[in-house]
Amino acid sequence: MTRHLLSIDDVSADDIAKLFATAAEMHDVQKREVKKLPALRGRTVINLFFEDSTRTRSSFEIAGKWLSADVINLSAKGSSASKGESLRDTVLTVTAMGVDGLVMRHSASGAAHQVAGWLDIPVVNAGDGMHEHPTQALLDCYTLQRQLGGPGSLEGKRIAIVGDLTHSRVFRSNVKALGKLGASVVAVAPPTLMPAGIAEWAKADGFATSYDLDAVLPEVDAVMMLRVQRERMSGGYFPTSREYTVGYGLTRPRLGLLRDGAPILHPGPMNRGLEISPEAADAASSRILDQVSAGVAIRMSVLYHLLAGEESA
Amino acid sequence: MSLLIKGASVLGAEPTDVYVENGVISAVGRAVSAGERVETDTVVDADGLVLLPGLVDLHTHLRQPGREDAETVSSGAAAAAAGGFTAVLAMANTSPVTDTAEAAVSVWELGREAGLADVFPVGAVTKALAGEELAELSLMNRSRAGVRVFSDDGRCVSDPRVMRRALEYVKAFGGVISQHSQDPSLAPYGSACCHEGELSGRLGLPGWPGVAEEVIVARDVMLARHTGSRVHVAHASTAGTVEVLRWAKAQAEKDGTWAVTAEVTPHHLLLTTDLLAGYDPTFKVNPPLRPAEDVEALRAALADGTIDAVATDHAPHARQDKEHAFVDAAFGMLGLEEALSVVSTVMVSSGLMDWAAVARAMSFTPARIAGLEGHGRPIEVGEPANLTLVDPAATYLVDRDRSLSLSRNNPWHDRKLTGRVVSTYLRGNRTFGG
Repeated sequence: MTRHLLSIDDVSADDIAKLFATAAEMHDVQKREVKKLPALRGRTVINLFFEDSTRTRSSFEIAGKWLSADVINLSAKGSSASKGESLRDTVLTVTAMGVDGLVMRHSASGAAHQVAGWLDIPVVNAGDGMHEHPTQALLDCYTLQRQLGGPGSLEGKRIAIVGDLTHSRVFRSNVKALGKLGASVVAVAPPTLMPAGIAEWAKADGFATSYDLDAVLPEVDAVMMLRVQRERMSGGYFPTSREYTVGYGLTRPRLGLLRDGAPILHPGPMNRGLEISPEAADAASSRILDQVSAGVAIRMSVLYHLLAGEESA
Repeated sequence: MSLLIKGASVLGAEPTDVYVENGVISAVGRAVSAGERVETDTVVDADGLVLLPGLVDLHTHLRQPGREDAETVSSGAAAAAAGGFTAVLAMANTSPVTDTAEAAVSVWELGREAGLADVFPVGAVTKALAGEELAELSLMNRSRAGVRVFSDDGRCVSDPRVMRRALEYVKAFGGVISQHSQDPSLAPYGSACCHEGELSGRLGLPGWPGVAEEVIVARDVMLARHTGSRVHVAHASTAGTVEVLRWAKAQAEKDGTWAVTAEVTPHHLLLTTDLLAGYDPTFKVNPPLRPAEDVEALRAALADGTIDAVATDHAPHARQDKEHAFVDAAFGMLGLEEALSVVSTVMVSSGLMDWAAVARAMSFTPARIAGLEGHGRPIEVGEPANLTLVDPAATYLVDRDRSLSLSRNNPWHDRKLTGRVVSTYLRGNRTFGG
């Protein structure tokens, strides 16, 4: 593995397999009475969040603590620019206190890449703007793989990723991760929520696109629904919520188009009634809560591989 | 005081000698050095060098007043001289904005004090660059600064009614509106920061589509035609803009009552959008770097005259203003010192332009567009000795730490360029080089 986890580009299929194998062991820790491993004892990890996130921050915090790391949460809401301090100065300052690893979320695409260039400690990208969210993609793929039959089971499977692709870092990471694991992806959205240049991108990276959810659902082995990020939209992406739901929501009638038992994923938080109906979110095939518990295991695995060092490996 | 430049290739022609007395060219020809000018104060051996009229930059940001930590008129003028420029037009988006006669005169006087290049202030089109009310265009023109170019650069005069009035108003004194073409509803100020396309989609950076430039250029040429006025397209960056310009120039020539001119920056002639893949804010500029097909179209348009001039859009920024996340970092890159080298590398070395064409695009035409009388003149007897000596064969690696600018946001750092300014003379006085 590379020194940082900034993008799914940083990990090979073999790396992902190793991360998943470790995650499976970490997953078992969750069932223990004492959920603690000594792997990162004496190490300090900072969760530096420039953008609100309850679930991702908590997940990293639990992961670090279960590995016995000292975890410090710092919220730096708003851009450093608006406070007059440069991003470089901010991260150099907060990591100058003997920190061993940085988990960072930022509202700006590429921020984690830039920061990694300024620091000599491992950096984990916990979501950067509209760019990537690699640990989310890993946990999604890990969840799907367990559901579909274990290691290697994503090979040849067809997965739909549906919704607000333009603003989704989850999409950008997942399309890469699923591709590396041998799955074929079909990205479904209205034209206004397809990222710029997606036709060339899809051609180069070997995935498909569609505007027609009803046509896609019967053909796929699993469906990943994305949150409609209304807070990032300055208007005009679609006429009304009702129209979006009719076209692209995983509604109760659409559940019937899915193959029996096809897993349903959503990275959360969900807009119930908009991109996903309560019936779909709570269906027997919904793996949404599994994603949350897998998230801790995956983040434990990532922190372990980046921070534990040779002596603990 | 006299200066003899021996054996220079004027605009790339046969070597000749140029004799300067008291800031004015007094003789040109091989015979000059033969004997009668024995009392020359300074003799420059220009064997193998090209002599150009002093370069003129239509588009420079000098940051004074307001951000003297990034650049001052004096440091900017020094950088200009190092780049072969004898005249620069200083954009109005300083703090406070250059939107009054007093502000314009202040910049002009700072340039005179520096004495390294003639600094001509560009006046704002609208008060505080707000795009709503016209600034005191006529008073700026009547001032000692003699402002003839007006621009809200950094922002677009996006209201067509305001643009129409500005074009009409400057007709009274032969002014020109230099437009920053960016429809802010298609490419919002501040956020839109990456050419909209496959890369912006992959990187998750807010897109700045070429059409946001092209719709404004198309609208403005129609307004210029309607008003019978002059519009200048600042930093043209797309193939679509070139197409619109080509059509508009043909129409303007036919009509004979209005005019459109355009400039391209060195960075848009060489750098492409894929440089953003590493999120390095050094390459964040407005308009953004475009794909190779746009770059090719801009080169062709400069070569065939559809684009009239090269202008640097020299935009110095203090280090801390670039050390933010890409979308938060300041727009802009340095340009004065390497402009000639970039044009030489891209256009001359490739055979797209000769040195006479470079003189046209970097001196004669920009001076004409800006209405400058003492610059962009032919190298002939009686003309002011604003001159630039260039070594066309020199190849060098750019080192941003050798810059005379106060800033270091240099996109050419560590890049090999061919063709280099050797020395610059402003009215016969050496302002750069040996």
